[in-house]
Amino acid sequence: MARVLFHEVTKRFDETTAVDRFTLDVEDGELLVLLGPSGCGKTTVLRTVAGLEEPTSGTVTIGDRVVNDIDPKDRDIAMVFQSYALYPHLTVARNIEFPLRQRGVDKVERERMVTEVATTLDLDGLLSRKPAQLSGGQRQRVALARAIVRSPLVFLMDEPLSNLDAALRVQTRADIVALQSRLKTTTLYVTHDQVEAMTMGHRIAVMNHGVLQQVATPTELYEHPANVFVAGFLGSPGMNLMPGRVASGPDGALLVAVTDGVLYPPASLTAALTPGQEVVAGVRPESMSLTTEAHGDISATVVLVELLGAEAHVIARTGDESHLVVRQSWSAPRPDQGERVSVRVDPGTLHLFATGTGDRVSPPP
Amino acid sequence: MTTVELSPPRLLHSRRSRLRREALLGYGLVLPALAVFAVFSFYPFIRNFKVALYQSPPVPGLPSRYVGLHQFGHVLSSSNFLESLLTTVIFVALVVPISLLLGLVLAVAAQRKLAGLRIYRTIFSSTVVSSVAVAAVVFGTLMNPIVGLLPWLGISTQPPLLENTTWALPAIAVMSIWQFLGLSFIIMSAGLQSVPEEVLEASRIDGATAWTRFWRVTIPLLSPTIFFAIVVGTIYAFQTFGQIDILIGFSNDPARLHTNVLIYNIVTTLQQENNAGAAAVMSIALFVLTLLLTLVQMRFLEKRVSYGR
Repeated sequence: MARVLFHEVTKRFDETTAVDRFTLDVEDGELLVLLGPSGCGKTTVLRTVAGLEEPTSGTVTIGDRVVNDIDPKDRDIAMVFQSYALYPHLTVARNIEFPLRQRGVDKVERERMVTEVATTLDLDGLLSRKPAQLSGGQRQRVALARAIVRSPLVFLMDEPLSNLDAALRVQTRADIVALQSRLKTTTLYVTHDQVEAMTMGHRIAVMNHGVLQQVATPTELYEHPANVFVAGFLGSPGMNLMPGRVASGPDGALLVAVTDGVLYPPASLTAALTPGQEVVAGVRPESMSLTTEAHGDISATVVLVELLGAEAHVIARTGDESHLVVRQSWSAPRPDQGERVSVRVDPGTLHLFATGTGDRVSPPP
Repeated sequence: MTTVELSPPRLLHSRRSRLRREALLGYGLVLPALAVFAVFSFYPFIRNFKVALYQSPPVPGLPSRYVGLHQFGHVLSSSNFLESLLTTVIFVALVVPISLLLGLVLAVAAQRKLAGLRIYRTIFSSTVVSSVAVAAVVFGTLMNPIVGLLPWLGISTQPPLLENTTWALPAIAVMSIWQFLGLSFIIMSAGLQSVPEEVLEASRIDGATAWTRFWRVTIPLLSPTIFFAIVVGTIYAFQTFGQIDILIGFSNDPARLHTNVLIYNIVTTLQQENNAGAAAVMSIALFVLTLLLTLVQMRFLEKRVSYGR
């Protein structure tokens, strides 16, 4: 087990900056998820730890060693690839023992370790098969077995569930979490799937355009996104974001005027706001509800109602053509398409972000 | 919009009619290629079997005599054929392994990200497009006992390489290796590019050295390509004619007897000895030999090939 430290890591490919001054401290035994859209640089960060990419500048430290100039085989890390990267010409047993062979582990010990890890991952009956004879889930378990068999300092996982079907993904997700919890090996897990990130990570590092946006626990990220990007990226569906302007109400209290509505910032934020200030107002879909009252907080026209089984999403359009998503329970009355509705925002759930920088408006210290 | 409902028999008839049209189109498209093959390959191939059953007359103009399979026994047991067969086997054994190995080495070298590599790639693969005649003239000059490469290096080549009973066949083999090298390089390069990068990266992380990666990962994953190259290379080597024809020619030099590979023997038997019957028998023997060797390679080498992905 070991800490992994990134200090000002930058990686450029010709003119493109894939990772820009990335600084992060991954705790010993932590499962840290690197989350972001495709092309945000998260896999590049992972590959700098693996030694498959050399940082253009900055340092990567595993344990107490700066590993920038150390060969991948000497870093004592194991990696699970998106495609699993199994050796197609070797049996499952030979795949699992490959890293042990390279390290000169004797045959008896190798066999013992392979058997042990195969039992852990329920691969006992598959040891003599070739990867082509396995299902996606089985291949994924073989890749995991190959990674854990030699007890490395750090596990690196690059979207290991993305090739599995939805049901298997949920199961394997839980299996990986349980395995990591038992082994307590520091793990960096890359994904673009925020559900995976939210359910698996002790902490999540959100990236965009090569820049680290926020590192926090899943709850902290969801409840206090640091900027507009994190707010919109996390959550399914993401946060409703509306351009607005701070104004004084008839009673002198500050409010945020948005198209076709008015929102009320929490009292804690009013000291950070000034009338006339341009902001982006954010409200989670579950913090909104449809109301029969004549005057809700926002007026909108229903475009579509998506039925998802346990819940329904009402998608409505405001006057500036932007869309709001309102999450409803399955049993709530559902409006018709084209119906004019009033949307109420739960008090105290409004997030505000500065227009331009996109940074969260926080209460003054 | 109106819809026309078709009754089941009419529906069936419509589907059959569509399938027939598609079939006709398919036959139409393959017909030109089929006609060329029929005239220049299939007919001569079948006709050759008939020619093999007749003994050619000693003097042109006289009718051939039907001798049946007797001619096969006579030709195939002759010292001329057996020596020619041995020469062919030696030639194939020289050309195929060396050209494949060199092709692989160059392909591996060309995989590296080095400056000016495109130029080297073009040079490596260019031998495949150079004509046999041009290559033979170049090599003939290089092997010339007076102005060639070896005299220039201070090495005496007397008797001249191409007239030397020991060195004539290896000299021809060198040129054949050079000519096949381009194709070998292209095949190996394509094979190397199909080796998944992530598998190689996984092996780096798993602790494999560059040498282990090459032997334990790259070569097994390249095995279908190597197998294909062996089959193609063997067929190519069996059919080598042009370079022998140009460099050695129809001379009576002792060197000619040592470079008398089967295909060359067939041509000389037909053109110089006017013995179409014996030439036809040897053609069939060469065909059967190539076919058998390919089948044997498929049967035994393929067992060691990993097609798994």
